[in-house]
Amino acid sequence: MAPPPSPPRNLRRLLLLLLVAAAAAAGEEEEFTEELLLRPLPDRKALAHFHFRTSAPLSAAAGRHHHVFPKAIAQLVQQFHISDLELSFTQGRWNYEQWGGYDPMSTNYAKPPGVELWAAFDLPLGEIDATWKNLTHTLSGLFCASINFLESSTAFSAPRWGFKLNEGNLRYGALPREAVCTENLTPWLKLLPCRDKAGIASLLFRPSIYKGYYHSQKLKLTSSQSFGIVIDQTLTVVLQPDTFRGKQLHSTDGQLQPSWSMKDLFHRKLSGKCLVSKSSRVFLEIEKDVVDKIGKSGTEASWTNELFVLSTAPDRMLKELNNMDAQSSLYEYDVTKYNNDKPLDVGITWKLPLIWSCTPAPYHANRFLMGSGNERGSIALSFRSTNLHNQLFGSSDDCSIKAVVFQVVPWYVRVYYHSLQIFIDGNSKAISDVVDKIHVTPSEDKLLPGSLEMLLRLPCGMQAATLSLDFDKGFLHIDEYPPDANQGFDIPSALVTFPEFNSSRSYPETDTLLVSPLLQTFKEDSVVKSYTEVLLVPLTTPDFSMPYNVITFTCTVLALYFGSLLNALRRRIGEEERELKKAAAKRGLIPLLIAKLRGKVGPPPQGSSPTSLVSTKLLLKVVFVAVVAITFHYLSNS
Amino acid sequence: MASSATEEAKPKPRLIVRLGVFLASHHILFSAICCTAGVIALLFLPALAKNTYLSENALIPGSANTLFSTEDVLEANRFAKGIEAATGESRGGTEIPKFIAQQMKNLGAEVYYHEFLPDSKCFHPLKFFTSMTNNMAVKPNGTYTNFGINTIGIIRAPRGDGKEAIVLVTPYNSQRVQPNELLSLSLGFSVFSLLSRVAWLSKDIVWLSADSQFGEYTAVSAWLNQYHNPMFLSHPVTLATKMYGANRIIYKPDGTTEKAELMAFKRAGTVAAALIFKVGETRKYGDRDSVTMYAEASNGQMPNLDLLNVVHYLAVHRQGFRVNIETFSSLLTSSWLKVIAEVFHNIGTVLRKVNPDWKLDVTVPDYVEGTANLASSIYNQALGIPTGSHGAFRDYQVDAVSLEFGPAFHLRNENAKSSFLLRGGRLTEGVVISINNLLEKFHQSFFLYMLTAPSKFISVGVYMIPFALLLAPLPIVAAALAGSSKTKGKLLDECKTKGSADDLQIECGSWKWLKSARVLLVIQFWAVLVSLLPYYISQIPGAMPIQYAVIWAVLSIAILIILYAMFGSPFHAGVEWKLLKATMITTITLGMGLMSIINFATAQLGALILIPMCLFSRPLREQLEMTFLPRTILLVSSILLTLLGFPPVAFLIMNGLSKGSWTVDIVGDFWLWMEFLWEWSSATYLYVFLVHLPCWLLCIHVLLHPCHQPESKMKQE
Repeated sequence: MAPPPSPPRNLRRLLLLLLVAAAAAAGEEEEFTEELLLRPLPDRKALAHFHFRTSAPLSAAAGRHHHVFPKAIAQLVQQFHISDLELSFTQGRWNYEQWGGYDPMSTNYAKPPGVELWAAFDLPLGEIDATWKNLTHTLSGLFCASINFLESSTAFSAPRWGFKLNEGNLRYGALPREAVCTENLTPWLKLLPCRDKAGIASLLFRPSIYKGYYHSQKLKLTSSQSFGIVIDQTLTVVLQPDTFRGKQLHSTDGQLQPSWSMKDLFHRKLSGKCLVSKSSRVFLEIEKDVVDKIGKSGTEASWTNELFVLSTAPDRMLKELNNMDAQSSLYEYDVTKYNNDKPLDVGITWKLPLIWSCTPAPYHANRFLMGSGNERGSIALSFRSTNLHNQLFGSSDDCSIKAVVFQVVPWYVRVYYHSLQIFIDGNSKAISDVVDKIHVTPSEDKLLPGSLEMLLRLPCGMQAATLSLDFDKGFLHIDEYPPDANQGFDIPSALVTFPEFNSSRSYPETDTLLVSPLLQTFKEDSVVKSYTEVLLVPLTTPDFSMPYNVITFTCTVLALYFGSLLNALRRRIGEEERELKKAAAKRGLIPLLIAKLRGKVGPPPQGSSPTSLVSTKLLLKVVFVAVVAITFHYLSNS
Repeated sequence: MASSATEEAKPKPRLIVRLGVFLASHHILFSAICCTAGVIALLFLPALAKNTYLSENALIPGSANTLFSTEDVLEANRFAKGIEAATGESRGGTEIPKFIAQQMKNLGAEVYYHEFLPDSKCFHPLKFFTSMTNNMAVKPNGTYTNFGINTIGIIRAPRGDGKEAIVLVTPYNSQRVQPNELLSLSLGFSVFSLLSRVAWLSKDIVWLSADSQFGEYTAVSAWLNQYHNPMFLSHPVTLATKMYGANRIIYKPDGTTEKAELMAFKRAGTVAAALIFKVGETRKYGDRDSVTMYAEASNGQMPNLDLLNVVHYLAVHRQGFRVNIETFSSLLTSSWLKVIAEVFHNIGTVLRKVNPDWKLDVTVPDYVEGTANLASSIYNQALGIPTGSHGAFRDYQVDAVSLEFGPAFHLRNENAKSSFLLRGGRLTEGVVISINNLLEKFHQSFFLYMLTAPSKFISVGVYMIPFALLLAPLPIVAAALAGSSKTKGKLLDECKTKGSADDLQIECGSWKWLKSARVLLVIQFWAVLVSLLPYYISQIPGAMPIQYAVIWAVLSIAILIILYAMFGSPFHAGVEWKLLKATMITTITLGMGLMSIINFATAQLGALILIPMCLFSRPLREQLEMTFLPRTILLVSSILLTLLGFPPVAFLIMNGLSKGSWTVDIVGDFWLWMEFLWEWSSATYLYVFLVHLPCWLLCIHVLLHPCHQPESKMKQE
């Protein structure tokens, strides 16, 4: 695809001049940076992480006018007094086993499927719920998504410490079923000063980024008096490099790492930066394990070595600062040096087949449902040790690892929190032995979801642990069923945090002027987190396709009931008997005689002959009429 | 109307009451008409079958082009060769799981082994309905050398959220792989390998290669049990090491994580549907490869009809298979059925001339085939025992169907084999595509139906009619009997003024039925005891089935005698036979009604045997104002029907009809059959002992009733 047409040169220059003038006028200027991080993954896929940061001072001097900062967001922050906000749209699941669970990417940018929104407000506690509701509606309009379903008090919760430590001013909500598509990406791109017309965002070719295995677009907003408003817009995608050129991959092709470049991932090349951006950079990250392997082979991890070669010479190479022997390395490219004539196409070509693995989180957390049927079940959360602790700190038996579990459960899944059971390596443990701190908000029917925050202390030598909670399935009112009720109902992902493990990575700062926001976020204190699977609970559903039957049946029953009731109420038996006697007295002689005669024949025990005589007559008549009707029909037809 | 004319002084009763009285006074005619109509309607059912249709629009079978290509066939052949090579050098059943796991791993799937023990099914009265669940987990105490290994691979849907999964099952015997099992394994693998590459998946795919050395059902049910009701209290880690100790060859010796990885049980969300497919033996007859669908799960539960429709549509209209369902082949050649078919055909043509919209004229071969299929369908549902491993899924409310491919070629014929693999793979892929399309679980189509052909079904609304017709006369007859005995009582009422004794008053009053109710309760109690006896009898080690059965019969009779000694024999208590019969009919109505909710087919078949027996039963000694011929006919038919109603005899006849072979060892076979029923926790067992047997015994009581007591009382009067 051709790059989008650029405006005339002189116009662009004029714009730039204007911008510079405006920046000079304001004391602190609004800034925009764009970055892209690429990383080969062990399972033949590639990760691409777009990071756009726009910041604006929170001063009254700027007034209502902004240069690069999106006005809608600024108004949002002012209106709702937001101090922190994070909104993520995700499709697909982050594969914690293959793609790593112990690096800044997985802890910050691995999100649960669907929409997740949390916000902290700078407001008195009483006003927060109302503000949250307004906020969900605003965001829903801004991002073309049904975030407004988080408005209902059954959809959000207020975690105290299980999600993020706060003073009660944080609200958290998730919509696991929300589908993510381009209609959510377009408004997100609208917030960027160049949209996807220029700069790194121009790589976002829709068919290729939506073809990936994981797609998470996120907006993080922080506002404070000292730093102003900062929006971090990130898009994390995991793609299968399109290097097989249509050929289907068979198992016989083996485990060879594909060599790829940006062209293979996005079907685009990068031709210059977004002009208003302060810095525009592309990074290619090589995992610790690979660097280690290069180190073993005796060469320096430069851009061309024994294992791989990069398609373009990087401008810089950054090494992670830590005291361990193996560090991941980053190769940095400055997009300003490239243009239409000389586009940037970062790629990697493997020289040797290589198998490596990413560092996992200390435990793989999985959640699943137990039991069957429409009545009850249990939620189980299982931890499987990856023996990371032994690798990091050596094996010791008397230590323990902290894990925080945060889980929100909708009200119609009625969890019995007292039924919490903990099994460690197949032995049942007392709750007090494992749970250090627990905070439960029980659910209220049609009002409040249940939420569970729990601090666990798991022994280091443990291999597997399972927590189980029993629940009953509730009944919904017929109005409360969603349109596709027979699919079942979702329990949003639980979040497991390991507070003792920090995944932050720091890199040496060579250029103080051009600080990379991406590397800054990597440096920030980020504890290791992992989200569990979304669960699907089948509830009892009425047969919606049969309202007619239901109506007719209930009406019949009601009619029968009321009919007989009325009959019984207004009937006067004494009156009727009198009437009957009168009628009997009026009767002629002949019927009386017949009756007498019959009475003399005597009441036979069963199948009395005279009655059957009468009935055979009757039957004969009926048969006769039927035969006549059928013959008539037959004759008239033929 | 006619009956009301007799009552002049009384107020005219309401219409519904008059109707009831009218019917009760003609109850013999009414019951005769209803029963014949019921039987005729039952025989007419194959003519009333409708063509199946797809209810769920989301399924859209066959709308997508299948991707399964010759390359996948090559993949399957390569896999089959690999297994042959692996088994050639092995000295146990562990090479195949290892090979399968390695192949799945190469595809990028998540793999693990699931070990299970053969479940020792035993009858436990207190765990009748729950015995299937918790006794299958591998217990840590003691070392087991004999266990099965399922190999499971999971493909995570690339963009899916992992809430739902589709399970594919290929059973094989890991001890001795037959060529046909090898073919089904390679078919399963090639489909799995294709699905690991496709982009359209929205549900995860689980491929369970089930080790069927202890039976298919055991393997699948053990896995499902672990999937849904895992046991955390065992010692998974120590167990794993023990297993490694037992057979080191399975697992790589390096690294503990690898072991834990392969032993850790992985899950993939709620199971949306399951497809079990296997390749059967080569069929000599038939020009086309066939697919046989098995759908009956425990207690007559069926999967959603849409699932069968999808399979049938794709198999017939896309891949050119011949689709079969189970049938009673002995019925196909029976001449009496042909006669009935002719009759129905003629009636149908006449009716069609009357009204061209009535399309009831089925051709004779269609009718015969439909009846044979329907009989097999009813029989399988009535037994209440799953016809394959799909039954294990139905226990967890998962729709599942078993497909057995019947190749019409020799398995050495490579060309035919690849064409078969291609079509089989496309069929499986097509079904997976359709299920994958589903947004909601199967709910649109029928769950209550019987099949008369792979593409013809009878829904619940139609097959209820014969049963309702059979059941309709029962309350009327009971009322008539009770009423007639009441009128006699009225005559006796006059004696009340004379006789001052209290007991006589009770006998004369309307509380007389209490006595027959007591008899009924005693017999029900006996029936419960008899149904529990096998548990204790089966504890006796090392006896022949026939011995067990004889012990059972002797004990039952002994218990009956003891109960009579304790509570008094009904013959001496002076229970009127009409009341006894009325009570019996009432209980049978209740029992049948209840059973029809639990397992309709059982109730239907039971009604066919029980209801004529009940209606015909009358004391042998009763004097009737009849000529000799009708009286003997009546007596002989009542004796015959009672004989037919005896459970072992009924079983023999059923067996003979279904298999076409009449065995001699009824008693032993009956024991084996009963054992079979309770091993599978079939509700039919409860029906036979709590509804059928007491009713039969009451019939015997009625037959042998010494009619003299009421007469003597009449004489007293």
